[in-house]
Amino acid sequence: MEQAQNWLNDFLEQSTPREAALEETADGERDTLYNFGMLDEDSKREVRRKLLKAVAIPGHQVPFASRDLPIARGWGTGGLQVTLALIEPHDILKVIDQGDDASVNAVNLRRLIQKTTGVEITSDTLEATIIQSRHRIPEELLRDDQILVLQVPMADPLRWVEPAVERATEMHAEADYGPMWVYMYESVVRTGDMNISSQYPVMVAERYLMDPSPIPRYDVPRLHRAETLYLFGAGREKRVYAIPPYTNVAPLEFEDYPFTTEHNPQQHCEKCGANDTFLTSHYLEGQSGRWAYFCSDTSYCDKRTSNQSVIREESR
Amino acid sequence: MGYVAVKGGTQAVLNAEQLVEYFRLKGESEPITTDQIEQQMRLAVDRAMSEGSLYAPELAALALKQSEGDALEASFLLRAYRSTVPRLAYSLPTQGAKMRLLRRISSTFKDIPGGQLLGPTRDYQVRLLNPLLTKETSATTRRYLAELEEKLKKVPVESGQPIGIFPKVADSMRTLGILAEPTAQDKAEAATEPYDTTRKALSFPAPRSARLQTMARGEVGSLLTFAYSSVRGYGDTHPTLGELRVGYLPVAVAHPMTGEAVEIGEILATECEMVSRVTEAEESEESQPKFGLGYGFSFGHSEVKTISMAIIDRVLSAAKELTGHGQSGPAADEEFVLQHIDGIESSGFTAHFKLPHYVTFQADLSVLESTREHKAAKSVEAAEQRRQITSKHKLKPLGIAPGMGEEEEDE
Repeated sequence: MEQAQNWLNDFLEQSTPREAALEETADGERDTLYNFGMLDEDSKREVRRKLLKAVAIPGHQVPFASRDLPIARGWGTGGLQVTLALIEPHDILKVIDQGDDASVNAVNLRRLIQKTTGVEITSDTLEATIIQSRHRIPEELLRDDQILVLQVPMADPLRWVEPAVERATEMHAEADYGPMWVYMYESVVRTGDMNISSQYPVMVAERYLMDPSPIPRYDVPRLHRAETLYLFGAGREKRVYAIPPYTNVAPLEFEDYPFTTEHNPQQHCEKCGANDTFLTSHYLEGQSGRWAYFCSDTSYCDKRTSNQSVIREESR
Repeated sequence: MGYVAVKGGTQAVLNAEQLVEYFRLKGESEPITTDQIEQQMRLAVDRAMSEGSLYAPELAALALKQSEGDALEASFLLRAYRSTVPRLAYSLPTQGAKMRLLRRISSTFKDIPGGQLLGPTRDYQVRLLNPLLTKETSATTRRYLAELEEKLKKVPVESGQPIGIFPKVADSMRTLGILAEPTAQDKAEAATEPYDTTRKALSFPAPRSARLQTMARGEVGSLLTFAYSSVRGYGDTHPTLGELRVGYLPVAVAHPMTGEAVEIGEILATECEMVSRVTEAEESEESQPKFGLGYGFSFGHSEVKTISMAIIDRVLSAAKELTGHGQSGPAADEEFVLQHIDGIESSGFTAHFKLPHYVTFQADLSVLESTREHKAAKSVEAAEQRRQITSKHKLKPLGIAPGMGEEEEDE
């Protein structure tokens, strides 16, 4: 027992960038007014301890203190605390919002992390070691040396059927998910199918019902037995949870009403031509203004477009 | 290396920042000094400190200047600042009785030990706009202060008495034996370190210390809503204001070497105690009927907030002590109250709907389409059924009466 405790302490010691505040980063752009990663080391350590617990109990919501940040509650403070607690000077960071690196809130969160850590930033999914995201999992397959941090607004998947946290906590403890199944059944009766667009409830490791954050259904299958570690942070709700690599993740479904995604192979991106990505509608200005579909993952779309132009030029 | 400029968003965010500055300054009037805010917008400063959970009048004034007077934004700035400073020590427990009073009133007894002290209050001002304030100059304010000083010189000062230190009304009630003892659970909780919700996530059922801390940081409007709902009808507390006091409260910490209490300063604070009858179920069979106490506290001068807090505290205590009947309404639901009164959290989440939801909305659209198809199929089915019934009974379908809608067209 004592040995286990020592091991844990050693592990936490090692994973704490103690001298980080004194270290010069590669580009020296970090604002030295703040501690590395803005939060003080004790706060970061608390988040990491809670994350270890979350990884040990896949899908289980672990309460954490959740510091006040210079970013508003509900704007990614949970994901941000997870990222700030994990990030080290050698990390390469990508921040996206709804799949888009250029989205205003992604810009803002990136600005804060950049300012207080000076780490290298990328928009390339494959280059990043930590990816913080809101409402999307990147299109490109993530590897086991990468971590995806998802920002979570609601935390508890039972909120729809049981708003009281005290009661919902008991339901999770007892794996009492009956009301959720009734909700799903009623949804089918009323609307002809599961009336859930995003934030689709999933069962993790056959034990805990989990809110995968408001990712579209299209992204849900990517949670199942993935190589990557998925970490979820809910700042306002003060909860973290995790899906460790190779964990079974099953969306709730009925035998006769299976889980489906939004994917429609008839539709394709009008920029890169992909018909195997998540698309969002955009209005195109012009004489005959019209609606078009583009990839929601902008960096993947750009990558495909530039590859195509390279290929086109080569073939010329 | 380093920052990869990502097209679009970055420039827009930077431009937006510039525009905020422009709109703050474009009137070209004299810049407001933070001193002016601290002294002449006292109540705004107090509210920012109270909801920002940081006693720092200079910083609160700065926050108000930066946020152009937005109360939620100012307290948000203070909360964020709070996270950047280390927690060096916890202060020692203090007592409201030690408060150097500016104001203290009670609605339970006309004459109380120490007497009633109205102090600086707008309560009995007739709320008419004062146009003279638009013509105020440093000369007029100086003259006013000089005149007031003259008047004060004529007021006799009682010697020997510590100025402004009055006994608490609640203590008189205890002596009279009309105040209920704290419950066994409250006593047990009071013997342990108070819960600190900034270091440990709030969980339910919450200890009273967590409840009081959450409310002391709460947003005044939210607390007011719950308290008002309870006393207006969705609850059956009938509270009386035992005591409301505003004044300077000494703060002490334990000396790091000797462990002795060292006073490090004073804070301006408001404290309120509301009393209401303990419901029968709370009273054990052998004990006498008594009053229960609800407690409210806030940094700065904030009466509505502390009264609301004290009412809710009383309602929640009553709800906790008894099961089944008695206290009711939304204000008696501990989790419902405590989860929804933090201004930083509620405003942050409500404002987050401004963020792009392109992906989630696209997902909503796909579900909307499938639901529409389902409804269309259902209504086709229903129409077919109606058609069969109509043809069977040879009923005339309803038509629109001729001439309908023509009058509107004439206008």
